[in-house]
Amino acid sequence: MPEPIIRFEDVSKRFADKDGRELPGYAVQGLSFEIAAGELIAVVGRTGCGKSTMFNLLTGLLEPTAGAVRVYGRDPFRDFDWFRGKVAVVFQSDRLLPWRSAVHNVAYGLELNKVGEHERLRIACEWLERLGLKGYEDTYPHALSGGMRQRVSIARAFAVNAEILLCDEPFSSLDELTGAKLRAEFVRLVRENRKTSIFITHSIDEALALGERILVFRPPAYIALQVRPSEAATDAERAAMKDAILAAMTAGSADPVAA
Amino acid sequence: MLRHFTVRREALLAMLGLAVAWQVASLFFPAYLFPPLQAIAAALVKIFTSWHLVGEAAATALRILAGLAGAFALGVAFAVAMAKSPKVHDYLFPILHFNQGIPALSWVVISIIWFKTTEFRIWFIMVVTTLPAFAFQVLDAYRSISKDIHEMALSFRPSRYDMFRTVVLPTVVPGILTAWKVNLGNASRVVVVAELVGATAGVGYQLLQMQQLFDLAGALAWTLVLVLFVLATQQVLSAIETHVLRYRAQSERGL
Repeated sequence: MPEPIIRFEDVSKRFADKDGRELPGYAVQGLSFEIAAGELIAVVGRTGCGKSTMFNLLTGLLEPTAGAVRVYGRDPFRDFDWFRGKVAVVFQSDRLLPWRSAVHNVAYGLELNKVGEHERLRIACEWLERLGLKGYEDTYPHALSGGMRQRVSIARAFAVNAEILLCDEPFSSLDELTGAKLRAEFVRLVRENRKTSIFITHSIDEALALGERILVFRPPAYIALQVRPSEAATDAERAAMKDAILAAMTAGSADPVAA
Repeated sequence: MLRHFTVRREALLAMLGLAVAWQVASLFFPAYLFPPLQAIAAALVKIFTSWHLVGEAAATALRILAGLAGAFALGVAFAVAMAKSPKVHDYLFPILHFNQGIPALSWVVISIIWFKTTEFRIWFIMVVTTLPAFAFQVLDAYRSISKDIHEMALSFRPSRYDMFRTVVLPTVVPGILTAWKVNLGNASRVVVVAELVGATAGVGYQLLQMQQLFDLAGALAWTLVLVLFVLATQQVLSAIETHVLRYRAQSERGL
């Protein structure tokens, strides 16, 4: 395995209330894993299993209570600015700036990276075209459909050409057909651009369709299972893998829905 | 487009109805109670054809704008301080809240006792009376910044300046424009009170002169000058608002 560029070392996270008192229980406890350059990792788990906390620790929006998060050997929370242009994020909702047209939304990250106006608009138009939004450059978000808005947000993330791409359930709010189409486009783009990608999802099927490696999370965000789906796997093998993932996600749960 | 025209036509008809009612009343009452429209129009023409009187109106307009600018600058500073620090908020909020309960006339008395310079007195009254609304409205606008948008922007690691320029400013602009529109009306009322008591020029001073001369046509003409200034400034603010907020979705069917 190549040298890992993302490393979680026994990471725990507890949240605190407004007065700084730690809340009971861990959102993430003793989480350790490594990701190598160019890997496409799917993280799957049930709601509340700590996927999003792990995501925010990785993006540097949260600081671990214990342990260490390292990306290129640096702490994403403390060396926050160092990661400018190196990490791009696609969120669950599109999070477009409503006061910017589609092309200016795509160009947003490039603008923050101080790319000249002409060049950033050229790149943004190019990405809009690649995602099938040619002709919508000057359209404001309110006039775009949910699927189109999410495409703009994917274009925004790819446009900065970051080495690491983080995705937090980006297709979960879309209908099945739009989600499937965008998922296929996303995989094509990730493979074409050889990004190191972490894709968070609560859908086992989506994890199997996307992940070269799947990390199965169980509360409080520890890895219950790791699997490497093979493209050559038969339907029976994939079904068995799906059962194993489901069992790992729900093992020990008192929730009758999960069991 | 048609809807805008309908609203304007209705407004025009309402004002026309008011003018007709006034003119009819002027036929039945003495001129010192209901001066005819032509007398008011003549007084208005007199104001707009005299450099001296135009200067008086301009003085009031400048006082309003200077007072609002001062209150806005202080209001933004207070709002940012309150948003950034809960402790500052806890101390400042009750003071601003308390200030809202003080009548403008009380500030006129206080400022006459405290300060010597007329212009500073008026500016001070304008600032203290419009400051709380600016501070609260800007604070509300600042707090309305979406956590999702903020986190999205943070994921690109912007500098503080870029975060302010690309996220904070566009979010608070609608609130700021509303604050200016609301405070403009308040300021025009307060400035007249301040000028009535302590000024030797301006619309308030002229109103006092008209009262002493028992000249209601003149008083109404000066009132109209102030109203026209407020309406014109509101139009400018509305035009800015329409341009700046052009990205907003418009429902074809109104609320």
